[in-house]
Amino acid sequence: MSENGPIIQIRDLHTRYGKREILKGINLDIYPFETLVILGRSGCGKSTLLRHLIGLQKPSQGEILIKGKDFVKASEKDRNEILKKIGMLFQSSALFNSMTVGENVALPLREHTPQNDSTIKIMTRIKLGLVGLAGFEDFMPSQLSGGMKKRAALARALAMDPDLLFCDEPSAGLDPIVAVGIDHLILKLKDAFKMTIVVVTHELESVFMIADRIALLHEGQVIFQGTRDEMRACTDPIVKQFLDRQPDSEDVDKDQYLESLVGN
Amino acid sequence: MSALHKTLAQAGQGFVEFLVHLTRITKLSGQALFWIFVAPFTGRKIRWHLTFVQMVKIGVNSVPIVNIIAFSVGLIIAMQSAYQLARFGATIFVADLVGVSMTRELGPLITAIVIAGRSGSAIAAELGTMKVAEEIDALKTMALDPIGYLVVPRTLAMLIVLPCLTVLADFVGIAGGFVLAVVNLKLPFIAYFNQTADAIMFKDFLTGLIKSGFFALIIAQIGAYQGFSVSGGAEGVGKSTTASVVTSIFMIIFADLLFTMLFYSTL
Repeated sequence: MSENGPIIQIRDLHTRYGKREILKGINLDIYPFETLVILGRSGCGKSTLLRHLIGLQKPSQGEILIKGKDFVKASEKDRNEILKKIGMLFQSSALFNSMTVGENVALPLREHTPQNDSTIKIMTRIKLGLVGLAGFEDFMPSQLSGGMKKRAALARALAMDPDLLFCDEPSAGLDPIVAVGIDHLILKLKDAFKMTIVVVTHELESVFMIADRIALLHEGQVIFQGTRDEMRACTDPIVKQFLDRQPDSEDVDKDQYLESLVGN
Repeated sequence: MSALHKTLAQAGQGFVEFLVHLTRITKLSGQALFWIFVAPFTGRKIRWHLTFVQMVKIGVNSVPIVNIIAFSVGLIIAMQSAYQLARFGATIFVADLVGVSMTRELGPLITAIVIAGRSGSAIAAELGTMKVAEEIDALKTMALDPIGYLVVPRTLAMLIVLPCLTVLADFVGIAGGFVLAVVNLKLPFIAYFNQTADAIMFKDFLTGLIKSGFFALIIAQIGAYQGFSVSGGAEGVGKSTTASVVTSIFMIIFADLLFTMLFYSTL
């Protein structure tokens, strides 16, 4: 990998569930230290794409190179080595409910580093401090609000000092103020950690605040990628529809509608 | 003709689904056993601290209920056999019946069924809830194998704890028989004790313990499998929990039948 080459390369990625094709040949490069937002409507395949990037799902066809290494075909050991340097913020936070917040953040450190308990404790406090949750290490996840859970999950994602951070709908289910807070936090952490961040979302305000570059997914394909300004200037009808928040047209052919009711 | 077709198709589909489940559960057990018996020699360590937590949950916390049930079962067999043996004036043989049936059969079986209902379901519910809450996915993205991290400690704890509980149930069940013999049948304590000691042989214990080891594997693997195959939220967790208990009990009794047949003809 050259210095300025992409950190993630996605080549001709296809995914099928039975006969239904979700991803229809995705080609996308993600460059070091940028914040790329993958934007798209519900069901366009953006979550599926993200699951491929963190190794939870294997594509039917195509390849993903992370730091030049084939992530799809990698052995379990190699894949785990790559994953240790990847942080993932889940939509539902996915904190372990049976552990305290501190234990959640400490878990990857305990499992993957030889550090002793007191060092891990300090590192946990530092990460929790970074996300504004200092002093919460003995709380259970169920005692936290939605926004605080997201922050705690972010601290856990950062535990291993990743150089890649993936966020799935970081502001979903949060009130606007808390959501903006999470966006600010992501920006702050990006500078502090020199990370590449990939965010999957459909929230436009959040997109224009954090994105360096935007990729728009539509029906399993990347139909647009570029900067914020390029997106605003884009004349593609689907991009425009998305930005202007226009609903789908509801004109339905009467004959077709009747046929669909009767069947066949 | 079409009705026959339909029935056949359904039966075939059911059979294929059964085979799919069987393959997956065999694969899961294979992986878990690999982690327990082979992986420690390749540098991947067993998480003993998690195993101890599970041993307390599955084992220590089940002691009261297992004791109460084993004691009652011992009493019940003693009463049933005394009822028959009294006709021949041979009530002292209650000791043999209770002793042998508790150690060979009822101790392992009753314990396994109680633990399947109590802990097998808990494993399925816990793992299922974790799956629904994306916690299993989170483990994977942290480069932690859910089998090594979740299934192995539970399986190992079950393998250690179930035979221990079984021995306990054996003794408590025999004690149940004792109480009936001394209080109700007025048999001399020493005579009953000697009769029991003569009746039970080491192989009776051993066959019971071998059974309980396999029961442990069945309970842990079915619980884990059902937990991992949860889909569709809280309702799915409920379904899988129920399925784990029903399947475990069925498999336990089926395995028990096979083992008893084997030991009946050989030991």
